[in-house]
This record gives sequence, C-alpha cells and structure tokens, in this order.
Amino acid sequence: MSYEIKIENFEGPLDLLLHLIKKNEMDIYNIQVADITDQYLRILDAMKSLNLDVAGEFLLMAATLLHIKSKLLLPIHDEEEGDDDELDPRAELVRRLLEYQKYKDAGEAFDAMPRLNRDIFARKFPSPELVVSDDGEEMIAVGIFELVDAFQKLLKETSDPYIHEINIDKLTVSDRINAILSILSGKESLSFLDIFEEKPNKPVIVVTFLAMLELVRLRLIRLMQNSRCGNIWLYPAVVDDEISPFELGDDSLGYI
Amino acid sequence: MMKFHPLNWEMTVLATSDVRKNIEALVFVSESPIKADRVAEILEMKKADVKKVLQELQNEYRAADRGIYLDEVSEGYQFRTRQECSGAIHQLIKTRPFRFSRAALETLAIIAYRQPVTRAEVEYLRGVDSGGVFKTLLEKQLIRILGKKDVPGRPLIYGTSKEFLEFFGMRDLSALPTLKEFSDLATDLPGEEGAAVTVDVGEDAEIDV
Repeated sequence: MSYEIKIENFEGPLDLLLHLIKKNEMDIYNIQVADITDQYLRILDAMKSLNLDVAGEFLLMAATLLHIKSKLLLPIHDEEEGDDDELDPRAELVRRLLEYQKYKDAGEAFDAMPRLNRDIFARKFPSPELVVSDDGEEMIAVGIFELVDAFQKLLKETSDPYIHEINIDKLTVSDRINAILSILSGKESLSFLDIFEEKPNKPVIVVTFLAMLELVRLRLIRLMQNSRCGNIWLYPAVVDDEISPFELGDDSLGYI
Repeated sequence: MMKFHPLNWEMTVLATSDVRKNIEALVFVSESPIKADRVAEILEMKKADVKKVLQELQNEYRAADRGIYLDEVSEGYQFRTRQECSGAIHQLIKTRPFRFSRAALETLAIIAYRQPVTRAEVEYLRGVDSGGVFKTLLEKQLIRILGKKDVPGRPLIYGTSKEFLEFFGMRDLSALPTLKEFSDLATDLPGEEGAAVTVDVGEDAEIDV
C-alpha cells in the first residue's frame, strides 16, 4: 500500500493531530479516532524510518489515541448515561486540541503585529557607559537573570588556557566580603566590575560573586542598575561609612 | 529636585506653548517610554493636564502625516517611526530583526494570555517540552519570572515583561488582541447535534475495526 507522507515541521503531537484533522476535513468535535490513529501511527513510522528522533511526546499521544480508540469500542452502559460530553472519551482530547489551536492562532497573530526593530523603530541612545548618571531615582533593582548573565559574561571573558595548578592559598568568602566592603567604604557606589581584580581567575570570580551575594543577603549592600541592560552597581545599604570589617567565620556562611 | 538641571531653571508657571515644548522634548530624550506621571513630576504639573497635552501631540503627529508618531506603549509615551518607513530604515541600519520560531510565538502567546503560568502548564497546552523556548524568551527579556507557585515543588511562574509590551507596541495587557474563543469555533455546530453525532461515531469506529 502506497501512502505518501510529507513530513512537515510539526511543533508537537497536538500540531500534528490538528494537521491531520484539517487534511481529512474532519469536524474537530467529531474526530474519526480509528482513521486518525492509523494516519498518526503511519507518520510516526515514517519519522522513524527517516531516522528522525521521535520525541516521547509523540509516543505518549499515540498511546492516548489508542486508549481512546479502545474506549470507544466498549459498549456504553445505560446507567452511565448522562452528560454526553463526560461520556465521550474524546472530549478531553478535543478540549486540548481546541485550546492549542487557539494559542497557535494567537501566536500567528503576534507575528503579524507591527514589531519594534522590524516594522517600527524607536530612537537609539548612547551606551550608558558614556553618560554619567547622577540621578539615583532612576536606578532599578537588579533581577536574578541579569545577575546570572553578568556572572557568565565575566566567566567567559576569563577563559584562560587551562593549566592545571594546585592552588594553595585559600580564598575565603569572608575575605572577599571584607575586601568588597573596604573598596566600597567611603564611596557612594561601586561598579560590579570594580570588585574584581585586573585579571581574576575563575576561583576568584566565583568566590567574589558569592561574597557579593552574601552581602546582599546580609542587607549590607544593594544591587542596582541604571538601565535594563546597564551596568550593575553596588550600593551600601547603610548610608554612613559605618560598615566596618566584621568577623565572619566561613563556617557560618556554609562554605568551605 | 532640579539640582542636576544644567540651566538651573526656576520652576515658574510655564506658558502653555512652553509646556507643550517641554513635554515633547522629554518624550524625545527619554530612553524608554516615559510615563505621564514622570512628566508631571518633572514639570510640576497635574497628571491629567500632562495627559491632555500628550494626547494633543499624538493627534498632531497623526494629522501631520510625519515619519514618526507619538505612541503610547508600556504605559508610557515614545516616538516611533511609521511602519511604512521600515524598508528605508533597514537599508540604513543593516541589522536583521530577530525572527521568532513558531514554537516561540506559541509559547509567548500562551504566557501572555494565561499569565501567571508555570512551565508545566504551558507544556501541557502545547504538548511538548518547552524548556529551550523559555530560555530564549527569558534571554530576549520578553518574559520574566514572577515568583514561585505555592504548590508542591514550588515551580516558577512566568509572565510577560515591560519589554514585551514595548516590543509589540501595546499600552498594557488589555491591548492584547482578544482570543478567538472556544465558543466561536463551535458556532457552526450546535451543541446538541454534535453530541448526537458523537454516539454514531462510536459505532462507526466499531465497524471500522
């Protein structure tokens, strides 16, 4: 039996099912489960024979379809009769398909909307580094995502050729905490990059970063940035220069 | 409050024409859409008055048929270029805009309409793993983490960001196009009739096998 199957780029099993229903001009509320299951399985076979990785989700849907098909074969008992919708084993699948179709359409509508930097443009501004910001009010709190981003950027910049080296001098978080505090003392703010040395190696970056997070947790500093993708700045949370180096055992912080 | 202003101007009551000029200038230099509140604060005016002037400016730009217009996006105001000028602009800036995959658009739509939403909820609706798409959307700052849901496992919940509104030129989330509803799709098929057919199909399937 020859059956031509065109493998299109399906976003997932629901997408594939919708495609099959449309192709067969079926009513979505009245899916011919046996037909659709056959075609669905044939496409999965074709995908396998093309050595395409059939994702688990497709197999799960195949199982669901077979389950529905088998349920449809069972006679309906009189006492179970009531709400037709509840009885129809296809109801849940139909609900999901319709829901999916709704968002698929919405996604296409999004694509058609006039979009910034594709159809519509706003002004570009000089990079924040070129402008001295003296307006503290405009600072926005740094989100976790920006923080991770900054950390990763820093790590990437210091990808030295790897030389195995046994580091004897022990770097501790409390050392770095006190180092940050001493750099920060007397200053109004400090750039995120300034808490690192000229060419820090990875352990130094990691420990310094941990120290900075620890300071935030202890509410000794606040992290702000002046624009969404701007530099990250450290501010002392206490206004005066009252922050004195304090004794912190590393044990108390939970690091080695 | 005005200490940074290089001209050290006195805050006297501005003449109407000056008000208009100042508001226009503020919108022009603001890096992100500027809120009427902020304008009102700087010019020491009532917000309602600022809004009135901004609306007049909007009308003026529209009527004048210029290359730029004053748009209300992300609860602020911003000058933007007209869509029909995009061809010329692309010649100038030579950057290719970010292209969305269908998966990204679908996911973004689900998050936009269902927020706050967890990844598992999105994945159930889409029927596929969406981890990679979430990562891309987070990187593009179109979605953000709103917090954690108070259910076992405390999964992260997501919503759209301010950038999302700016990106699609929406004033706020109420500007989202209305979803084609469930019931709309069903209009050509009255419920009762559909149910009757349903039973038939069950039998058909039986015969089929």
